[in-house]
Amino acid sequence: MLPSELKAEFFAGYPPEARSLAVANIAALQQLPLSFLPGLLRQVIDYDFKFPAERAAVEKELAKLSSLSPAQTHQWFQGFAQISLSPKLENFDWINRPAEYVEQESAYLWSTHQLDAFRKAAVEYGDRMRSALPADPLPMRRLGIAVIGQGVDSYDGAVFRKLREHGTYFGQIKPQGGLEKLLSAVSIRAKAHPIPYDHWYVDGGQAASHDPALTCISYQSLAPTRATLLKRMQTQIDRPGMGPEELRTDMARLLPSDLGMDKAGDAVLDRFQVKLLTEGSGTQIFSTTFTQWTAREALRRAQPLTLLARFAPRQRQKPMNELLSSNAGVPELDLIGSLIDAEMGSYYHWINQQRLPGFENSVFLVWFEGHSQALVVSPSLPRGTESTSAMDLGELLALAVS
Amino acid sequence: MYTSSFTSVLTRKASTGGIVGPREVASRLGRTRRDFLRGAAGMALGSTLVGSSPFLRGEAAAKKRKVIVITFGGGARDQETFAPEGQENIPHLLHELIPQSSFFTQVTNQGILGHYVATASLATGVYETLNNFSAVPPEHPTVFEYFRKDLKRPSSDAWVVAPSNGFNRIGESESRSYGPGLGARVILPKHLLGAATSGVATNYEHLLHDNYETPLYAPQLEGGEFELRQLETTLKLSVDDFKAHARTLSSPDELSLYIAKRLMQQQAPSLLWITMHDMDIAHSGAYSLYLDGIRRTDRLCAELWKTVQSEPEYAGNTTVLIVPDFGRDSDEDSGGNGFQHHRTGDAASRTTWMMALGAGVRQGVVYDRPVQSIDLVPSVGAMMGFSAAQSQGAPIKELL
Repeated sequence: MLPSELKAEFFAGYPPEARSLAVANIAALQQLPLSFLPGLLRQVIDYDFKFPAERAAVEKELAKLSSLSPAQTHQWFQGFAQISLSPKLENFDWINRPAEYVEQESAYLWSTHQLDAFRKAAVEYGDRMRSALPADPLPMRRLGIAVIGQGVDSYDGAVFRKLREHGTYFGQIKPQGGLEKLLSAVSIRAKAHPIPYDHWYVDGGQAASHDPALTCISYQSLAPTRATLLKRMQTQIDRPGMGPEELRTDMARLLPSDLGMDKAGDAVLDRFQVKLLTEGSGTQIFSTTFTQWTAREALRRAQPLTLLARFAPRQRQKPMNELLSSNAGVPELDLIGSLIDAEMGSYYHWINQQRLPGFENSVFLVWFEGHSQALVVSPSLPRGTESTSAMDLGELLALAVS
Repeated sequence: MYTSSFTSVLTRKASTGGIVGPREVASRLGRTRRDFLRGAAGMALGSTLVGSSPFLRGEAAAKKRKVIVITFGGGARDQETFAPEGQENIPHLLHELIPQSSFFTQVTNQGILGHYVATASLATGVYETLNNFSAVPPEHPTVFEYFRKDLKRPSSDAWVVAPSNGFNRIGESESRSYGPGLGARVILPKHLLGAATSGVATNYEHLLHDNYETPLYAPQLEGGEFELRQLETTLKLSVDDFKAHARTLSSPDELSLYIAKRLMQQQAPSLLWITMHDMDIAHSGAYSLYLDGIRRTDRLCAELWKTVQSEPEYAGNTTVLIVPDFGRDSDEDSGGNGFQHHRTGDAASRTTWMMALGAGVRQGVVYDRPVQSIDLVPSVGAMMGFSAAQSQGAPIKELL
């Protein structure tokens, strides 16, 4: 079926709010090329379980598409319209299974050497949409905090190497009570602007005591979910005919209830956490990967004003079958490896933050936990310099956002 | 703002730089590698050299000529290798091998960026479109089939040493005019170890990592008896000796190198293809493990080169070609997650390098004109004297 044949009743299987949104914009959807539309519907079908920032983005995008004249629509989607698709893709149930369609379309684009053309069309579309819909001003400067190196007593190597050229390095920080001071500052921000999902605390181990106003995700709290997921994966892998693509499709369909998550919990956050484990590569087995990926996805999707990510030691590398086994006892930890992982993870945290609106005023702080080394990237501090000022983490954060 | 559709992952921009086209990015990558090499290893720029080919000519020379191809399943980015901050990870490549090599800074892969399909493309000289996660043969003739058919070589003269069970069909295509009976013999060291330990691989699990691209799934192969026969008849190695040596190794690629060296000593194949995979642990997202993999690969490449120089059958008449199958995603492409994957199709993930060492190779030269990964097979053909008739690549003239 082609998009031009869309009818309102075809969205009957969508959750209520998603259905209303799709039906309200059906005239615009009918004008879009098939190479593009299922990607948009993949966002729409999950609308009921999206973060506020995502919902606003979908609404604005659909409103803009509805406002385009036929000539403008043709101009905007010319690149996508030139993508050639197979009859198999055209006959796929892309309305109700848009995520699976997108996976199959992606494979088709790779195999037919059309991926570059698709990328070009996508970049042009993104540029047009960004120009058409300028971002709203932020109520406060965005703040990212990364805490790395938990458990490392001494380390001879340099830390924050990739970030040094972008910020100011502080080598005489007073580490006492550092995490508490940072969490306290985050809490103050959350109270000043109490918007849902705008202030996050991600911990790669067990979460420290924190303000309940924060959206908190920890690797430790997801241990039962991870165990259930790994057990399910093992079962699926052992099934005849099961390959990596089938396994991925199976995992993508999982809902919080499939993994025993509390049905009385936050439906939006529960779905987010399930996706972290089912769509992230390595998040199921390495806490450092989990923390980095969670920070990335939280920034990409929820666009929080504040995100504190604390890395914890991951288990040492072992054969994959042992890593996947949830009953392997107390894992042996790789402290130095985890520090190196976290250092790169903090760099990616900063890069992902810089992709968000307001990046020119955003602030980023990374601290080597328990040590006197920290670095701040802030428009109010010079780049590529070192400071010998002695201060605690609270004072450093105040300086960073001043 | 974000666009909400799936195109958004492709269109999010980093604020740290402007947008340039993929060709320009690839070209910049090549030029940057050239500059690093000229500074760090004292390489000369190839375009300044003139003169006739240094390669051996004549039938007698071609008969003796041996070629070893080493591919990396899972590229390593410049940040972790040739850039100043990455050079600490490749001391052997940088200080021992590159000064003796012709180095091509800009090798692009325009095909599918999955390790099996990309390695198959390297081996056929055609961008294959097979399912990356299925143990299926390449559609087009492989370099091994061209070599054996054109030069009338026995099966013992072409071998593949591959890390993953998924590569067990890489040696021979489905092509009607080539295909069955004309390919390379494939040896899967991990499968060999599995057979030797009768599936009870206690103390060997660290050597049995499979495809990191899909770490949750490893194809199972039958044929343990055949594998054990390979050990005894081909490698002249008892099961006990093999198991004892394996216990001293630390990774699948170390196991592969051990088997490759044994093959060189016992069979001395003229065409040997080795694929390495340790650095592809990057898919797990653990940066430190990815760096460990790069360092190990660096060491193993140097070790193989030493073996080439010390083995009488290989010393002086062997060309070694080292080429990653492709790159990895850049930090700047918002559609990816940096070093972890190679899914965006951006220039960094499509652009890699190639090093040629040994017989007939100009030493200490860097070439930064773009070549394609599918140019490898016709180049090997030109070196060894066979025609890669169905390859879509072109011989690299600097190697001829």
